[in-house]
Amino acid sequence: MSLRDNPLGELKVPLTWAAAIALIVAVVAATAILLSDRRETFKAEAYGATRRASDTVLTPVGDVLAAPGRWIGGGFDVVRDYFGAASENHELKAELKEMRQWRDVAIALKDENARYRTLLGLKTDPPIPMVAARIVTDSRGPFADTRLANAGSERGVKPGNPVMSENGLVGRVIGVTEGASRVLLLTDIASRTPVMIERTNARAILTGDGGPNPRLDYLRGRDPIREGDRLLTSGDGGVVPRGLPVGAAVKGLDGRWRVVLASDKAPIDFVRILLFQDFSQVVNQKELSQAPVPPPTGGMPVATVKPPAAEPKGASAEAKPAGSAKSASSPAADVSKPAAKAASADDSAAKSAPAKPKPSDGALSEAAKAKGAAKPKGAPAADGAKPASAKGVTAKSTTTTTTTTTGAAKPAAGKAPAAKAPGDRTAAAKPPAAKSDPAAKPKPKPKPPADGTQP
Amino acid sequence: MSGARPLEPWRWLGVPMLQVVAATILFGIPLHAFGLQLPEPVFPMTLAFAWAVIRPSILAPFGILLLGLFLDLFWGGPLGLWALCLLIAYGGALTGRSMMAGQARVILWAWYSLATATAMVAGYLFVMLDSRSTPGLLPMAWQFLATIVLYPYAQRLIDLFEDADVRFR
Repeated sequence: MSLRDNPLGELKVPLTWAAAIALIVAVVAATAILLSDRRETFKAEAYGATRRASDTVLTPVGDVLAAPGRWIGGGFDVVRDYFGAASENHELKAELKEMRQWRDVAIALKDENARYRTLLGLKTDPPIPMVAARIVTDSRGPFADTRLANAGSERGVKPGNPVMSENGLVGRVIGVTEGASRVLLLTDIASRTPVMIERTNARAILTGDGGPNPRLDYLRGRDPIREGDRLLTSGDGGVVPRGLPVGAAVKGLDGRWRVVLASDKAPIDFVRILLFQDFSQVVNQKELSQAPVPPPTGGMPVATVKPPAAEPKGASAEAKPAGSAKSASSPAADVSKPAAKAASADDSAAKSAPAKPKPSDGALSEAAKAKGAAKPKGAPAADGAKPASAKGVTAKSTTTTTTTTTGAAKPAAGKAPAAKAPGDRTAAAKPPAAKSDPAAKPKPKPKPPADGTQP
Repeated sequence: MSGARPLEPWRWLGVPMLQVVAATILFGIPLHAFGLQLPEPVFPMTLAFAWAVIRPSILAPFGILLLGLFLDLFWGGPLGLWALCLLIAYGGALTGRSMMAGQARVILWAWYSLATATAMVAGYLFVMLDSRSTPGLLPMAWQFLATIVLYPYAQRLIDLFEDADVRFR
């Protein structure tokens, strides 16, 4: 049909104006799409059906296109291996000699570590299952650094899972579909990873900026870092497991501390996706949220250091059964006990509500009686932790609850460690404190606080 | 006589779109040689400039929108980022079209560089607002250089299609 025959042929619209309107419509559409984008969240649904569909299509395409590159690379490797076998053999022998020494050290340290863990009753991290995948596409721009791996939801991969190469941490999964995962690299502008400096244990946030060397933000402490310091994941926040190698610290040209990534030592073609579950997914949030909020302290100062005079009383009160605990008249002693027990007790969240015990719960009601009796006048601030002080039954409480409500996280059961500062939560895990008073020991193995504090 | 018939949209919009999509996918292969990687130029930038110079069009902005969305999906960036950046470059080139008419190749290359810089500065600002962090300038500079060397392709499209339709002569 020619233009002359077209019924709309007489409709004349200035082309420039029409093009301008089309441009404005397209800009509005692009802006709306950009504003609604949420690619870096942990929610699987935020990734969107469009992204999932495109990843599903692009993964086999990228896999096929990358195959010649892999074959050529494999051919180069064969030639290099053939000509460099002798020198490589020499290097490997030297390395093996050094590694044998390290193996002996590692065995000794492993044994020592196991003993310490047994002694302290540490709850060690369970082994993390992992999935191997191949990288099929790669983007390296200043605004996006992601890769597409050919393992997806069919193999249990979830958004948030950390991704490692054989050398170190690469990034984390931000989107999953059938047969494909989108990996957000540490260098991406949206990437934030909690790390620690191995030498000083100082914490920082590894922030990507699109370049090859992400920077370290929020470095804390005095002189926390030096050139060449090794960086590991800190595990803070529960997103990434603790101790994964990240890289080495360098001073950037802009004067900021940056990281030479360990994963950049070799091309990232094969990766391991750690099926690590975030702490918030593991714990029973419903059970935890059942604990009522403790009453406000009302601005009353909370006794944090036990006066020496109260020490014998506190000790005797602790040694006595629940009924005898009424004689404990020292507020300081009362305040000091529950925290110690809370810290050393099991982490059962169901019994983590000492502030308002339920009448139906026998153990808690006993504790409530003791609380009413042992509660010293003028010390309402310690209410949240008192029941445990009267009887060891309600000592099953999370450390976080106790320390945040009363601020009296003193681990002592009326003994010497009671004089420790409130913030010293690790003191609760000391075996001598628990052994000194068998009656005060609710469990044979006192456990450290659940916040992962290392001794 | 090819010069006498009108220029079909698929010839000057469709085919170049497929070409830049193919080039983008090819350059997205994880290929490493001697510790170096392939550069990552913004191939659709050539179309955003060339289409604006060739003629005003109703279809071209939507073509650029699609190409930008493809870039965002393929590279895994914020969806809509490159679409908006490319449209800004296209709008700028369209506005300055009358000034570019009849200019020498080098001058047009400078205009193309300016359009590319505008798009990347816009991207820098959008990403800064979105992630509350400043992208590195060095990787931006590398991508800018890798993109402006693609100008010969844009020039070829201009030479091919600027006078291809008798209705726009």
